[in-house]
Amino acid sequence: MRVTADRDRCLGAGQCVLHAPDVFDQSDEDGTVVLLTGTPSEAQGESVRTAVRMCPNAVLTLTDDPPS
Amino acid sequence: MRASRPPASAPIPDPAPSDPVTREGPASDPAVSDAAASGPATTTAVLDGEDAAVTILPTRRDHPFDPPSELGLLRDEGPVTRLAFPDGARGWLLTRHEDVRAVLADGRFSADRIGASSPVRRPEFRAEDRPGVLVTMDPPEHTRLRRMLTPYFTTRRMQALAPRVERIATAHLDALRASGPPADLVPTYTLPIPSLVICELLGVPYADRARFHAWAAAALSLTTSDDEVRAARDALTTYMRELVAAKRREPDDALLGALVTGDNDLTDAELCGIGRLLLVAGHETTANQLALGALTLITRPDQLAVFRERRDAADRAVEELLRYLTIIQFGTTRVAREDVVLHGRRVRRGETVVLSLPAANRDPGHFDRPDELDVTRPPSQHVAFGHGIHQCLGQQLARVEMRIALTVLFDGLRELSLAVPADRIPMRHDMAIYGVHRLPVSWKE
Repeated sequence: MRVTADRDRCLGAGQCVLHAPDVFDQSDEDGTVVLLTGTPSEAQGESVRTAVRMCPNAVLTLTDDPPS
Repeated sequence: MRASRPPASAPIPDPAPSDPVTREGPASDPAVSDAAASGPATTTAVLDGEDAAVTILPTRRDHPFDPPSELGLLRDEGPVTRLAFPDGARGWLLTRHEDVRAVLADGRFSADRIGASSPVRRPEFRAEDRPGVLVTMDPPEHTRLRRMLTPYFTTRRMQALAPRVERIATAHLDALRASGPPADLVPTYTLPIPSLVICELLGVPYADRARFHAWAAAALSLTTSDDEVRAARDALTTYMRELVAAKRREPDDALLGALVTGDNDLTDAELCGIGRLLLVAGHETTANQLALGALTLITRPDQLAVFRERRDAADRAVEELLRYLTIIQFGTTRVAREDVVLHGRRVRRGETVVLSLPAANRDPGHFDRPDELDVTRPPSQHVAFGHGIHQCLGQQLARVEMRIALTVLFDGLRELSLAVPADRIPMRHDMAIYGVHRLPVSWKE
């Protein structure tokens, strides 16, 4: 899966880091989301989906890998 | 309490049931509009507020842990309720989870409440109260301040405070044990812990707590006179202005000191507003959520047992207590920046819309068994911290404080019980933030 973040719209509630700390971080500059990886593993899938669902500004987008 | 309902023969049309917030014309700021709001334009019958039956916001609770049951009845009856405000104005009430979230994420609704109506009697928020108070701002003004403050409240930074919060909680527990039962947990435990934590974070002298606790209590009370509320707000402003001046003279490493020396263009008035907001929001909300959460677990031994046995489940328990108890009991509110149609009702520009967070958090349309406390409930999209760009800045701190303070309390005091009958606990019906005024408890020494 691939995850992308629209940092311009992020206001740093931190929900993504709370739910998927291996995938998301926050900038020291302005608290907005920082992607630790754009391609989370299958094992991280559930926590990333939760993070996407919890984001208060719908900043995160998740796309499944195209079938190979 | 409620005025007449529309006759059954004239049901309120709902042009797009799957799309709670439909557009009327182009949005003024599509960049900040929620995806849920970008439905098709509608031209089917739209009713103005004049046609609607009018209600006042239900505030009477039948059970201390449940929102007013009339809120639930209104939510069942229809998604949009015409509301009469104490100042004589008319506006709207939304009670469904989906609608509350959609409006909180919709840039056509403003958080600027100067001149807006309050659903409960409150003195007006004045323009001079506003600098730095980011909860009453819209982008880009809000974005500037929020981005300046967010680095101090990131998830990792707040989680790194856990050892300090634990030391503070343990010290207060030790003091409780030393003095022995019975004790009122509010002044000895649930209020001082978040108060000390936010003081350290902001750089506010904790020794001044008696004064700012009293000002915050007066400012949040619905029963103090307008003059008393204004006097409390002004006292807090004067206090914070002097503190900001002191930080300018002698900056420290805490948040206010860092902001005065930081590379930013904050005015003293803004720093004062930021300090006031964070100080009050930082202790009043968590203190009440903590005391109410403790009361809830004490009176629900089945849930307390789960909380204690499954220590890894403490995070879930905290989320569930936030959802179930939703202490922002009369709000939040937004003001329409333009005419917006909600479920076939035309919300006029300038009208106040009350978004009932307690009603949304008990919406059976979103939550399974919403009126049941289930501390094992999987992560839910509760709106206890709000939603959208204004979602609580301090939420990650509140989570850490709740988890640690409840854990230390229930680990440290054996057979914790109420020292008075449950129906004698004075509930905060009379405060903007719900909770308990006192929490007399006993335990086994």
